Amino acid sequence: MPPPATQDEGRTAPSEKRGRRLAGPLPYVVAAVLAVVLVVVTVVRGGAADVTNEALGDQQLKIMAPADPGGGWDQTSRAMQASLKELAGRTEVYNVGGAGGTIGLSQFAQLDGQSHQLMTTGLIMVGAIAANGSANTLDEVTPLARLTTDSQVIVVPAESDIMTMEDLADRMRDQLSSVSFAGGSAGGAEQILAGLVAKDLELNPGDVNYIAHSGGGEAVATLLSGSAVAGISGISEIKAQIDAGQMRALAVSSAERVGVLPDVPTLRESDIDVELTNWRGVVAPAGITTEQEQALESLVMAMTETDEWQETLAREGWGDVALAGPQFETFLDDEIVRTTQIVDELGLSEEQR
Amino acid sequence: MESFNLLLDGFADAATPINLLWALLGVTIGTAVGVLPGIGPALTVALLLPLTFRLEPTGALILFAGVYYGGMYGGSTSAILLNTPGESASMVAAMEGNKMARSGRAASALATAAIGSFVAGTMATILLTFVAQPFAEIAVGFTPADYVAMMAIAFVTVASLLGASPLKGFASLVIGLTIGLVGIESQSGQARLTFGLPSLLDGIDVVVVVIALFAIGEVFAHALRGGGGGTVTPLKGRAVLTREDWRRSWPAWLRGTAFGFPIGALPAGGAEIPTFLSYATEKNLSKHKDEFGHGAIEGVAGPEAANNAAAAGVLVPLLTIGLPTSATAAVILTAFQSYGLQPGPQLFSESGPLVYALLASLFIGNLMLLVLNLPLARVWARLLQIPAYAIYAAILVFATLGALASGGGFADLLLLYVIGLLGVLMTMADVPVAPAIVGLILGPLFETQLQRALQISEGDPSVLFDSMLSIVLWSVAGLGLVLPPLVSRLKKRTAGV
Repeated sequence: MPPPATQDEGRTAPSEKRGRRLAGPLPYVVAAVLAVVLVVVTVVRGGAADVTNEALGDQQLKIMAPADPGGGWDQTSRAMQASLKELAGRTEVYNVGGAGGTIGLSQFAQLDGQSHQLMTTGLIMVGAIAANGSANTLDEVTPLARLTTDSQVIVVPAESDIMTMEDLADRMRDQLSSVSFAGGSAGGAEQILAGLVAKDLELNPGDVNYIAHSGGGEAVATLLSGSAVAGISGISEIKAQIDAGQMRALAVSSAERVGVLPDVPTLRESDIDVELTNWRGVVAPAGITTEQEQALESLVMAMTETDEWQETLAREGWGDVALAGPQFETFLDDEIVRTTQIVDELGLSEEQR
Repeated sequence: MESFNLLLDGFADAATPINLLWALLGVTIGTAVGVLPGIGPALTVALLLPLTFRLEPTGALILFAGVYYGGMYGGSTSAILLNTPGESASMVAAMEGNKMARSGRAASALATAAIGSFVAGTMATILLTFVAQPFAEIAVGFTPADYVAMMAIAFVTVASLLGASPLKGFASLVIGLTIGLVGIESQSGQARLTFGLPSLLDGIDVVVVVIALFAIGEVFAHALRGGGGGTVTPLKGRAVLTREDWRRSWPAWLRGTAFGFPIGALPAGGAEIPTFLSYATEKNLSKHKDEFGHGAIEGVAGPEAANNAAAAGVLVPLLTIGLPTSATAAVILTAFQSYGLQPGPQLFSESGPLVYALLASLFIGNLMLLVLNLPLARVWARLLQIPAYAIYAAILVFATLGALASGGGFADLLLLYVIGLLGVLMTMADVPVAPAIVGLILGPLFETQLQRALQISEGDPSVLFDSMLSIVLWSVAGLGLVLPPLVSRLKKRTAGV
């Protein structure tokens, strides 16, 4: 399929304007500079398109990624954009990053009743709401569907004398504070997993020595420098190091073994009764009608069956866990209860400060 | 020798007409988004990514590399002409470069930045091609404690950025450190100085503060002083770079590269610290110390080279270990993965031809950027002949657009003008704004690494001096503190005799 003509225009326009700028005298220079600015802004912000769709109230669909470009929510949103093209026409994706998605949530909560607005969400937002004492919660949105899941993996550096998850559990029982865990941001999925593991070992989750990093890459750097005893990461972020033999994978956090790491046992197989996946899903604003909610849910579920979406899942290594309607709402409620409790026990929640 | 042949093959791949076109498109878009503050290469690549899924990987990666390098070139243009750094690493270039522009030497400042970027970019790409692997192995050995020691060096060098009055400089530094505290603290997840405002939870974007203090502060301070007529500066001289300029620029380019590449290659190094170190070094070594703060060409040449070399350095951990250490690198990593390529120890052996085509395109992109930017230097410089009121109006529009584009929406706009007001007060009180930015950048880095180091050691401070490397780094920091006053005292004594 050739890319649509509008995108080609957007991409070549800046170079044409630059060509003109070289030739012209001063007024043209200024005009051309402004033109480039406008073109760039238009390209970046995405132009309007006349999409007509009953369920969306005849408006172009907009998806908020509550994170900066490059992260999981951004990738999910952009994958949705691509997969929805044939079902709902052009879709705009915009980023409102920061604070585990709660900054995006606080803006999204203002969009009451606007059925053409969607936001990606997931476990990390659930954790951040509990940890930040966010004024806005997921009660202020309409849950639509769960889409993907990412398993996590617990690793140690290759030269570590910890060979199995059982060894690591013994070390944790021995002296919890001496087992430093490197992982993502405070209150994120990795710290929640560390807390759940400690809890299952009947240790105090608040005593876990967790070293937070602002991204998976930074955490891997700390692990490679040999400073931390163990690390927790999304599989895709550390798979290269595992394959190269620099890291030893001890256990994955999902219910079943993961296709890309077939030899790594689950936590349950290692006698730790914990299962946690970094799931992502999509929500609409509160105050939309039941018909709109159902129409959006069918749109999203239809999207998960497109070839485009399935290709994305395969490429990113995400699990297909599409779930909509009351089942998703039950799942979400359970996740909120469990996550809020562990965040409390980790000593991260607002009330405990 | 083997990598040399592979690189030649890479050139053959990258020099096909279609790939050259991708490179040209990339550097052009990159320069355009670099000029506009707030829209960085990271956002641009993220936006282009879905459009390129159907492209073959070589072409797409060449396009992205072009955007990445182009952004570094473009950032210095708005910094020098309009005192509006497009990203924080261009701040140092703005300090001296804009002073040069104001004294009629905009073309020289732009030229030394462009050639410096070319020299640094090319040398750093050579290093990337031939010594990436051993470099990466050393770089990942840096522990949080070693970073603490490196930050100490950076803090010591800040002294040279403080300006004429140490008291005012420190006041500015404290302002920056305070702004740096705003937001969720990384280790405990606790919010600081957010006053219950959700939009402050993630801290204040460095780009917004840079634009506010440099551009907004200056525009309003100028308006308050009155006098909007006339042009900012007359153009002086015919040659873009005089022989004297060349003589003073080239050592600075080389030294800037020497700071930029290794620090850029460190997983938590970044592009800002080498620009600070380069500026401090140039100031200490220069025979024209009095010109610093009034437009010294070394002060543009060195930091700009450092900035570009660091950009190439960032690719070392990305390509050899698969570690993204900047926002743009993270997005480029996504691009690699979307083509089923996993950057990491096996990338060079498994996808060799593609990697070498990418490296070759970095050389080509650099050359294109030089050809694109050097003739533009004089054209850009003539822009300053527009009446001053129009320039200042343009700066305001530019700064406002930049803050909006950086993603925070209305909240960032409000912050821009609140901090801009602070900038006005600082400018009117003759308090330099650069130390505030330095504090804003270094403060959170230093704090995070110190916390990590102490948390790993369970609170034992001896971890800070545990490794050979950290002892060496601390010693350098100590010398940096003691040596300059000692040398100047010795010089005075010998001069007195």
